[in-house]
Amino acid sequence: QEAAKYEKKVMVLDFVTATPLGNSWGLGGTCVNVGCIPKKLMHQAALLGQALQDSRKFGWQFTEEVKHNWMTMTESVQNYIGSLNWGYRVALREKKVTYENAYGEFVGPHTVKVLPSHVCWVFLLYFLNRAERFLIATGERPRYLGIPGDKEYCISSDDLFSLPYCPGKTLVVGASYVALECAGFLVGLGLDVTVMVRSILLRGFDQDIANKIGEYMEEHGINFIREFVPIKVGSKWELHDTLKTIKLQCAGVASNRKKCMHKKNWFGRDACTRKIGLDKVGVKINEKTGKIPVNDEEQTNVPYIYAVGDILQDKLELTPVAIQAGRLLVQRLYAGATCKCDYVNVPTTVFTPLEYGACGYSEETAVEKFGEENIEVYHSHFWPLEWTVPSRDNNKCYAKIICNIQDNERVIGFHVLGPNAGEVTQGFAAAIKCGLTKEQLDSTIGIHPVCAE
Amino acid sequence: MGKTHSSLLISVSTRLNDQACENVQERAEWHYTDFVLSPEDGGSDGKALACGPAQCFIVSCETQPEGWRHPSFTGPAGGTAAATGKNEYDLLVIGGGSGGLACAKEAAQFGRKVAVLDYVEPSPQGTKWGLGGTCVNVGCIPKKLMHQAALLGSALKDAQHYGWNIAQPVHHTWSVMAQAVQNYVKSLNWGHRVQLQDKKVKYFNLKGSFSDSHTIRGLTKAGKETIVTAENIVIATGGRPKYPTHVAGALEYGITSDDLFWLKESPGKTLVVGASYVSLECAGFLTGIGLDTTVMMRSIPLRGFDQQMASLVTEHMESYGTKFLKRCFPTTVEKLENNRLQVTWKNTDLGTEETDSFDTVMWAVGRAPDTETLNLETVGVKTNSETGKIIVDASEATSVPHIYAVGDITEGRPELTPTAIAAGKLLAQRLFGQSSELMDYDNVPTTVFTPLEYGCVGLSEEAAVQCYGSDNIEVYHAYYKPLEFTVAERDASQCYMKMVCLREREQRILGLHFIGPNAGEVIQGFALGIKCGATYPQLMKTIGIHPTCAEEITKLHITKRSGLDATVTGC
Repeated sequence: QEAAKYEKKVMVLDFVTATPLGNSWGLGGTCVNVGCIPKKLMHQAALLGQALQDSRKFGWQFTEEVKHNWMTMTESVQNYIGSLNWGYRVALREKKVTYENAYGEFVGPHTVKVLPSHVCWVFLLYFLNRAERFLIATGERPRYLGIPGDKEYCISSDDLFSLPYCPGKTLVVGASYVALECAGFLVGLGLDVTVMVRSILLRGFDQDIANKIGEYMEEHGINFIREFVPIKVGSKWELHDTLKTIKLQCAGVASNRKKCMHKKNWFGRDACTRKIGLDKVGVKINEKTGKIPVNDEEQTNVPYIYAVGDILQDKLELTPVAIQAGRLLVQRLYAGATCKCDYVNVPTTVFTPLEYGACGYSEETAVEKFGEENIEVYHSHFWPLEWTVPSRDNNKCYAKIICNIQDNERVIGFHVLGPNAGEVTQGFAAAIKCGLTKEQLDSTIGIHPVCAE
Repeated sequence: MGKTHSSLLISVSTRLNDQACENVQERAEWHYTDFVLSPEDGGSDGKALACGPAQCFIVSCETQPEGWRHPSFTGPAGGTAAATGKNEYDLLVIGGGSGGLACAKEAAQFGRKVAVLDYVEPSPQGTKWGLGGTCVNVGCIPKKLMHQAALLGSALKDAQHYGWNIAQPVHHTWSVMAQAVQNYVKSLNWGHRVQLQDKKVKYFNLKGSFSDSHTIRGLTKAGKETIVTAENIVIATGGRPKYPTHVAGALEYGITSDDLFWLKESPGKTLVVGASYVSLECAGFLTGIGLDTTVMMRSIPLRGFDQQMASLVTEHMESYGTKFLKRCFPTTVEKLENNRLQVTWKNTDLGTEETDSFDTVMWAVGRAPDTETLNLETVGVKTNSETGKIIVDASEATSVPHIYAVGDITEGRPELTPTAIAAGKLLAQRLFGQSSELMDYDNVPTTVFTPLEYGCVGLSEEAAVQCYGSDNIEVYHAYYKPLEFTVAERDASQCYMKMVCLREREQRILGLHFIGPNAGEVIQGFALGIKCGATYPQLMKTIGIHPTCAEEITKLHITKRSGLDATVTGC
């Protein structure tokens, strides 16, 4: 869309390979279809379930029994996503960007083979398109475990948000934010949820906070099976000895038979770079991860080929980062701008039942980089006013900032665990971008009564 | 007070620090035409030096010998636990609200002997409450909780779109909410009393007034008197709602925010008179819990706030169900036989007189400082003749040397809890902690908790235009739709934000305004940014958190000047 503003002739190829279950979706990518958007909406549905309980304490009266209907929710969510798919198609059309719902593959320098989805395979008709420059933004897809029964019986986040029946008693395998966010809203909707974790939660995030998140989820109805990996998935009586232990002392637990309706696999995501002909044009990828290394201007090793988004090596897998990088790249290419995407201090939020917003260093990375004696960590528990009347946990919400003593007590890490963590964190991220110090933080007056103060 | 024409020998204890000596000298200059400062020599037993008609005076950190005390000279001495001079306390705070308690507790941290006087004069309707001041009892806290009750009502409606099956009818019971809120407030009253005790601050439930500049006369409800003396006195008595006394029946039949949060029974069909945030917030949550609510405004809503934002707030309230009587003012309130209230008012637009009946009439026409019974004239504390508020300088000092004031009672300050708390703390640090840091009242963020919340920090657009000229400012703006509104099919017409910046190269941000859910949470962090001198380019470099409402602030790029459509589309 940005390139079209500069009157460049632009084509977008978008194609979704169906999931093992046969699921596919429209224009917009992961975020819109099987990521941020449906995730946040289902998270909201779960939060509303909690709000219903709270409301009784605030004087609202209605029937004791309140049940959730998965189909009603999923239909509403899918309708909204459909409107976004449509909105993108309209926007591209208005901006005169050529859009093809087709699979693109490099066949030679400056040339891609375009396989439209509607074309009859028998005739193997395809089109060749040439362009001056290419941008690879194919993103990623969930990785399957590679154990017996994984594709037949399991789903991934690609399927969850449009599942045409309630998932029921669910086992979520994984400890990433995707696993925890999904497990979180499923339990909030009233389902029986178990999370199977191989080692630690939220690898890469502040571990102190990650543990608090896990604790909160456990206290609020989620069963955790720690230090286990699944080795086989089957139906009914085939589930004997399904679980293999990593630690010998857990052997006794292995005989515990889990009868699950649905199992959601979560073991990371694979970059979609293996089958798009990158070898034909010489674009180097990391053989192990499939990710594409780029310079600080998002350029691959082939000068006319660029890449943005989840497929980039060593960059954050976040929608706003991808958007920013994409826009700035185009402005540099066509509008003479020089601004590069700033990947430092990118804020993010994990939408678990107790939300977690963060910007900057985790405590452990700060200690590692600066030394424990050179950082100061200020922290506090807080009780959101809205939680007082319904008597909700009074010591779970938590905030901490990490300051660099040697640099004027500059705030280098911000972490908040509590409601509306995203809304709270955004402004602090802006302040950190402006070089916020502890002194400046202290001299700012709070807004009363809110959590952020 | 004129100077006393007599010579004075002041003997100064070496135990006093430099600051205290300076204070003594300062006071002496003020009151005496001729004086000499000399170090204490052999006078440790408190005996006077022989020097004719001059009075002798020993200022020291230890106890003062009888008969030698002169009130004006007991300045802060810094250091030890016992009060200086004959005064019982180092610090006496009149008013146990946000500012007063913060100041008292901070002073106690320095090992000072501190006392707090708090007293709540019952409202005309008879409502009273415990320790903690306006915010805790009849302000921020109960307001936000009742606002939350109203928001939960909306959540119940939304929930059905998200798949929750709730059998109708759904209704709200005032007494359940009120009792829960009142219980929580009472726990805070208790918490404050325990805190004061823990910090060894003496608490008096007495109504204080000045006898002289170091002496406070405290009265119980029954009229029993207690005298308290102190080196330093901080006035933090806050304000109380005004009554439009020219309206017949206003005092007898109307209530104010002092009463609303303590009502045991539902207020029913309510008329809220006023256009302040108090009026709009209360009318907002009353509507939200299902009551027939009307707001009567004489002229503009939220005077002093950005008027474009104020209009959006009231527009939303109208679509939310609150009725508005614009450009009207009440003339009489009468009680009917069925106990309802008949209100008559004039519509200035139509030039007509109209009438209707209500169960409750609530006045929200402004607040008056609580200074009447303090006896300020006796000690010479100057107040603003128009507002009645106490005049203070940048260090919160009044016109009388060791008498200070913080909070709503002070002239020219924002009437906000966090500023009162900060001012109180800093004052204590300056008095007893060798600090010289003054309170910064610039760029104080705030939020109006109407059904669709409005958070802001910095200048309004009109103030910026007035200050810099419209050619020198750029206003970036956007209409957005919170993701949660989509599935809930909620109207987001008034969800809007704007950033007012200087137009010149750096593009420093002068003001930020946001209407939407959780406005307070959104604005707080940006207020920090503005404190750091944030510029538009810096905000644009900040990556957004997705999906949130706050991220839209980092994506603002359409200017008002361009005239382009400012509606956010797509991801």
